[in-house]
Formats: sequence, structure tokens, C-alpha cells
Amino acid sequence: MGSARSLFDKIWDSHDVAMLPDGRHLIHIDRHLVHDLSSPQAFSGLREQGRGLISPHRTVAVADHMVPTLAGRTLACAVPGGAEMIGALEDNAREFGIDHYGMAHDRQGIVHVVAPELGMVVPGMTVVCGDSHTCTLGALGAWAWGIGTSEVEHVLATQTLVMRRPDAARLTLSGVMQPGLSAKDLALYVLREIGVHGKGMGFLELAGELVGGLSMEGRLTLCNLGIEAGARAAVIAPDDVTLEYLAAVRPDLSGSVQAQAAMRGLRSDEGARYEQELALDVALDSPQMTWGINPSQVVGLHEPLPSLETAQEGHMRDRLRAAYRYMGLEPGRPLAGTPVQRVFIGSCTNGRLSDLEDAARLIAGRKVAPSVQALVVPGSKAVKRAAERQGLDKVFRDAGFRWGEPGCSMCVGMNGDYVRPGERSVSTTNRNFEGRQGPGARTHLASPASAAAAAIAGVITDHRELA
Amino acid sequence: MDRDNVDTDAIIPQRWLITVSRNGLGKGLFGGWRYDDEGRPKPGFAMNLGAFQNARIILSRSNYGCGSSREHAVWAHLDYGILAVIASSFGPIFYDNALKNGLLPVVLPADQVAALMTQVNEAPGAACSVSLADNTVTGPDGRSYPFALDAVRRDLLLRGADDIAITLQMKDQIKRFQECQRLTSPWLE
Repeated sequence: MGSARSLFDKIWDSHDVAMLPDGRHLIHIDRHLVHDLSSPQAFSGLREQGRGLISPHRTVAVADHMVPTLAGRTLACAVPGGAEMIGALEDNAREFGIDHYGMAHDRQGIVHVVAPELGMVVPGMTVVCGDSHTCTLGALGAWAWGIGTSEVEHVLATQTLVMRRPDAARLTLSGVMQPGLSAKDLALYVLREIGVHGKGMGFLELAGELVGGLSMEGRLTLCNLGIEAGARAAVIAPDDVTLEYLAAVRPDLSGSVQAQAAMRGLRSDEGARYEQELALDVALDSPQMTWGINPSQVVGLHEPLPSLETAQEGHMRDRLRAAYRYMGLEPGRPLAGTPVQRVFIGSCTNGRLSDLEDAARLIAGRKVAPSVQALVVPGSKAVKRAAERQGLDKVFRDAGFRWGEPGCSMCVGMNGDYVRPGERSVSTTNRNFEGRQGPGARTHLASPASAAAAAIAGVITDHRELA
Repeated sequence: MDRDNVDTDAIIPQRWLITVSRNGLGKGLFGGWRYDDEGRPKPGFAMNLGAFQNARIILSRSNYGCGSSREHAVWAHLDYGILAVIASSFGPIFYDNALKNGLLPVVLPADQVAALMTQVNEAPGAACSVSLADNTVTGPDGRSYPFALDAVRRDLLLRGADDIAITLQMKDQIKRFQECQRLTSPWLE
């Protein structure tokens, strides 16, 4: 070898099956996750062509997008057309011999929450799923990225993808975060600084002291929002935090000297080069929240919203104006104090146990404001059971929250949980696009603590003032 | 579509995604912007203006197709009859999805996109064309704007080739790779 290799070089080299005559590479996919929304057409394609799966044991099916969250749910509770999609996943899994975590399975949940819990993702793997937030799983040191349905079909049939080597970048985060702020505040701050590039950072390594200091759950949250910054995959090199997490979910690997050494070696060598090197010195002193209609339109809760004059070009000003109109807000005023009608805690961004704990700490002994409808949906059945063992369900229920069954729920607004037109929602999810949580919904992306504070106060509030 | 960051949630909102088929999605293309709450066409929206009816090309700004990986966004374009999208940049998953389905994503520099946008806004419905054969966009002013496209992907698009069939010819190599990985790093299985 001799030459210095980056984390990306190492993962790429170890998965490069062959180069095609046209110069593209065949990359092996170690783990393939499929769900109810993006897979039915891929399985139909296979069936039409008479094709099967090369490695069904590397594929896992999880129902999450369409599943209802009502207690005691059955397929009859699904939205019209939903039961057909959930049923198609189950039928396809059976027909093609794939492990299936359907609505009734005791480990069901959101695919990006379930996969790490079940030890399906380990450092150095290539992982794909027909879902853009697959980048979440890069927190475990895996190269994980979202694909389209045609690619889902390609992976099902061949266990590979055809691609050109993507551009790789590294973002180093240093600096300080005040106590009480979370990985979500950090992720929103990064989006605010980096913007929604829309320009191919195929692989983004997240590095630096702030990243190293995060728990595994915090890292999953940070990587989850990588796609919103234009990075298809966001990856953190494995360290002690990673290996400790892995020891709990994959105890079988703890005894393998070979595996431990290989995972430890998954880091960029001294002098390794990326196509782009980015650095951000973070000075985070207040909760961050989106005010507009894309995830980079972020402010601190007490800062004035940006004035229209900050936009140089006319069409950029129009864009700001459209965001203000849609969100029913005005430049110059802070978000703090804005009345809220909905609060949602959950999703692949913030539906893990530590997220529920953060919110419950604030909520304990308090009541949801009468003007607010609040919903908490654990990211998986395992999270739900763990939370119930701690009595968090009672904390939420006593305060006036609805306690749901696991699923994507009000993040994507497809399963019957949605925000009504014009309602303002503080949500721990990942997208505030127009209509994302329902037609006309006004979504503010925030941390679990910020969402909890909004539920209690009935207005957007700095949670540190409540604590 | 004179704006940045047209996301796939806007291209096809959730309620049109509840299907197990690729077909019929054209009616949901820009559904949230196109129809009011009663399902009537909104008069101000570009697709509802006479001059843009039967459009085959969409012109937008930067980061077109960002957001969700839903391939439905591409299928909706094709089902409606859109053949190409011109923008200064694209969401990466949408870009790949488009090429795989025969929808041509054309990247032009932002100043050229702005020039085209001005012409189209001044003369709605003015003819504009995209040629994959010679990699150019021809604007209403008759000027040609060359664009770059990966040569291999252009060739696949022109031939309508099936990547899966090409890959399956290498099945033995894939199996050998898997056997080797099982020996050297079995924990990746």
C-alpha cells in the first residue's frame, strides 16, 4: 500500500468488485434495508423480469412509512391504500425469502432506528436503503446511503450497485456547545452554516472533537441530517463509543480479534486526502430551530429572523418572501414567543430512547398547553418498551401527550398522523418542506427538549428557561 | 419553476405516493401547488397557464429534486410527459433516479439558467429545446447552451440499456467477491 488512505478510500477499496468496460465500478452492498414505501415497484420489476435475489440473507424488510400509530392498531387502521403497501412488503418478503419486521413484530420500528438496534450495521459495511435518511447509519462507521427504487431493484437482483467513484469530503467540527444543547441543535447549526448544497458530496466524513464527544444516539441524529446538507452519506470513523455500542448489540463480534482490529483500522491515515476539506468552529449558545421551508433556514430562538435585505439577488429575496408567507412569520422578530398548535416527538432523527428521556425530563409534572396537540412516537418497539420500563409513557400521558406505536408517523405525514393546514408544528423531524407534515403545515425542526418546551408553554420557548 | 430547492415533497406530495405502481403519478406532479383544497387547478401556477400546457421541459434554479429519495418524483414527470429538466444543480438521488428512468437532467451554469428564465418569463411558452444527441439546450433566443453529461450514462440513456442485465453478466465475479469477503471479514455479512 504505502500511500495514505482516507476512511472513504478504505471502504471503497474493500467493496470494489470489478470495473466495468465502461469505466464504472461494481460496488458490493453488504446490507440492504427495504421498506413499504419505496420497494413495491422494485419487487414488481424483479417479478416481471423473472429475476431472484442473489443474497436474500443480506436483505431486511421493515414496515415503517405507512403503519398507523394508534394503540391496538391493525391493518384496518391504515390510510386508504396503506394496507395494500404494508401487505405487499410482507408478501414480497415471504416470496423472496427475506426477514420481515412487519407491524406486529416485536422488534418493528423505523428502519433507521431498528437496523442499529439489531446489530445489522457494523463499521466498514456498505449499507443502502430506498430512503434518503439512510445516511443516519453512517454514525456506526458504515458507508450508508439512500437510493431510488430502480437501484433497490438492482441491489435485490445483484447485491451490487454500478457507480462512478463519488466525491468525498471531510467536515471537522470543533468548538463548544453550551450545556443543555443537543446533537440536533448542532446538526441544525451545521445546516445553517453549510447550507443545502445540492452539490454532490457523495461521502462526507464527520470528524473533530465535537463529533467525538457525542454519544452513539447523538451521532445517529447528526448523521441523519447529512442528506439535508447535500451529503449522500455522512460517516463517523469508529472509535471507543462505536465499539462499546456494538458490544451491546453484536456481542458475538467482541471476541473476534480480527474484527476488532479491522474496525479500529477504519480511520483516515495521516496525510490522507479528500476532494474537499471543510471545517467549522462551532460556538453554540442557544437552541436552534428552523423558521422557513428548508432545513438550512435556521436561527437561534432569541435571534431576529433574517431581513429580506440579506438576500443579494431578486429571486433569492422572493424565496425568502415565499418562506415567510408560507410560515406566517415576519422578518426581524425572534421565533421565541410564537404560538404553537402541534408538537411531534419521534422519527429517525429523534425517536430514540435518549430523545424521549430528554423530552420527558422537561415534561415531568407539567401539562401540555390547552392550545397544543402533542404526540410522541417511539422510533421502535424496543425504544417503546425501554421507555415504558422507565415510566416515560406515563410521564407523557399524564402531561397530555398521545403515546403512539412505532413508525414514521408525523415526519412524512403518510400514515394518517398529520398537521392540519395553517397549524404550526414544532417537530423533532428532519424536513420542513412545504406540505411535508400535511398540506399547509408549518413545520419548525427542533430538538426533543425544544419540542417538549413548546408543548408545555404553548409557544416556542427556550427549554432552559423552563428547566 | 422559478425557485431554488424544489424538493421531491413538492414535486409529488405524500398523498399521491400511496400506490404500488409506477403509473398514473402524473396527476400528482406538483399536486400541492397545482390544485386547491377542493382539487381545482390554482389559476396562478405555471402548469395551469395556457402557455405552459403540454410543456415537455421544466426550467428551474438550483438544487432541483432535493429531499426524499422517492423515485415517484421522476415517474410523475415522465407520466405527465416531461422529458427533461434544466437547472443549475440537482439533489443527488433525484439526479440518479432521473437518468435511470430516461428523464434527462440538464445542468447549466446559474447565469445561463437565469438568462433562460428571463426569456421564458418574458415570452411564456416560447420554444426551448434540449438535444441529447449533441448535448445542447437551445433557448428561445436561438442561442445554444452546451451541457455536460457523463459519457457512459449518456450512452446508456440513448440505448435505454438495463444496468441489471449488464451486472448479471458478472454474477460469477460477485460470487467470488462474496466468498473472499466471507474469509477475510465475515462480520460484514
